[in-house]
Amino acid sequence: MSEDLTYRRPISTWWWVRKRSYFLFVMRELSSIFVAWLVLFLLLFIEAVFEGEDAYRAFLDRASSGPLLLLNVVAFAFLLLHTITWFGVTPQAMDLRVGGRKVPTVAVLGAQYAALAVVSGFVFWLVAR
Amino acid sequence: MTDDRIRLHVTRYRPDKDREPGWQEYDVPLREDWTVLDGLNYLKDDVDTTLAFRWSCRMGICGSCGMNVDGEPRLTCATFLSDYTPGPVRIEPLANFPVVRDLVVDLTDFMEKLPTVKPWIIREDDVTEIDGEYLQTPEELDAYKQFSMCINCMLCYAACPVYGLDPDFVGPAAIALAERYDLDSRDHGARERLDVLIEHEGVYGCTFVGECTRVCPKHVDPAGAIQRYKLKAAQESVKAFLLPVMPKRLRP
Repeated sequence: MSEDLTYRRPISTWWWVRKRSYFLFVMRELSSIFVAWLVLFLLLFIEAVFEGEDAYRAFLDRASSGPLLLLNVVAFAFLLLHTITWFGVTPQAMDLRVGGRKVPTVAVLGAQYAALAVVSGFVFWLVAR
Repeated sequence: MTDDRIRLHVTRYRPDKDREPGWQEYDVPLREDWTVLDGLNYLKDDVDTTLAFRWSCRMGICGSCGMNVDGEPRLTCATFLSDYTPGPVRIEPLANFPVVRDLVVDLTDFMEKLPTVKPWIIREDDVTEIDGEYLQTPEELDAYKQFSMCINCMLCYAACPVYGLDPDFVGPAAIALAERYDLDSRDHGARERLDVLIEHEGVYGCTFVGECTRVCPKHVDPAGAIQRYKLKAAQESVKAFLLPVMPKRLRP
């Protein structure tokens, strides 16, 4: 047997910064860490509410401290990226058919944003009432 | 005619001489109707006969002439030099594959993976073509036609970072072709293909970067096919968990 002379090109650790689409993909993947953090933050918040007024006030004080505020602003930005990018790929991932015809991309996207608006509206009403 | 020319930076790798690929610069005539492949053929015919690259049909059907042009996987027969003025244009072998020589890559990996997803019609009955043709309505054809347009050009593998990082991943075209047969009304092989694609290196290797679909010259949408397959695989797993003793013939 002759020796294998094919050349295998190494992949740089920084492959994901060389193309906009790869960068956006890695940011989308990274966003799940911030989503997890916001879920944890929400659970801690609910726990504080159940523990009574003192715990609730202490939680709010901590939440309005500089570093945590900054973290949450960044987390919120990633949450938006997460939502927009995943909503964007849903029509491609789901082959929805009504009466044998494919549901148009715009309709799937519209339904997702409408559902988001309804849920957000309900949460806003719950908090602000 | 003015002597308009455009510079090409072409990857050279001569395994008998070079330890690793390098670059060679060439100037080729810049003509409005010349593709990158026309430029390479001009070099091969008139400038440097040692340059190696694959091509055949020149019309986007054979899938042989895929290369990375300015970092993007492209069919060079469908990529015009005039879109890259003033140049230079970087022409490299398709990313993620071992380089055999210059712009020629080794596709053995794909050729070995493709038959594992059984891309042919599987029947549970003994009907053969001698018994007559399988009939199919236009709607039934429509269900899989998009995925049947694949020309195995490998641009999707070159665009896929998952395949680059994990060469065991079955990859976009093979999964899209599995889906092509699964969706075919004449086929009964979905269950057999699922056993291969449900493995870690099957559909779940895909993280939905979506680049395969973006670079596909035939609009096959492998990324869409993979996500739909995941949904199907997940449903099968739930069914298998809830109904472990369901007889095989009752399973979809």
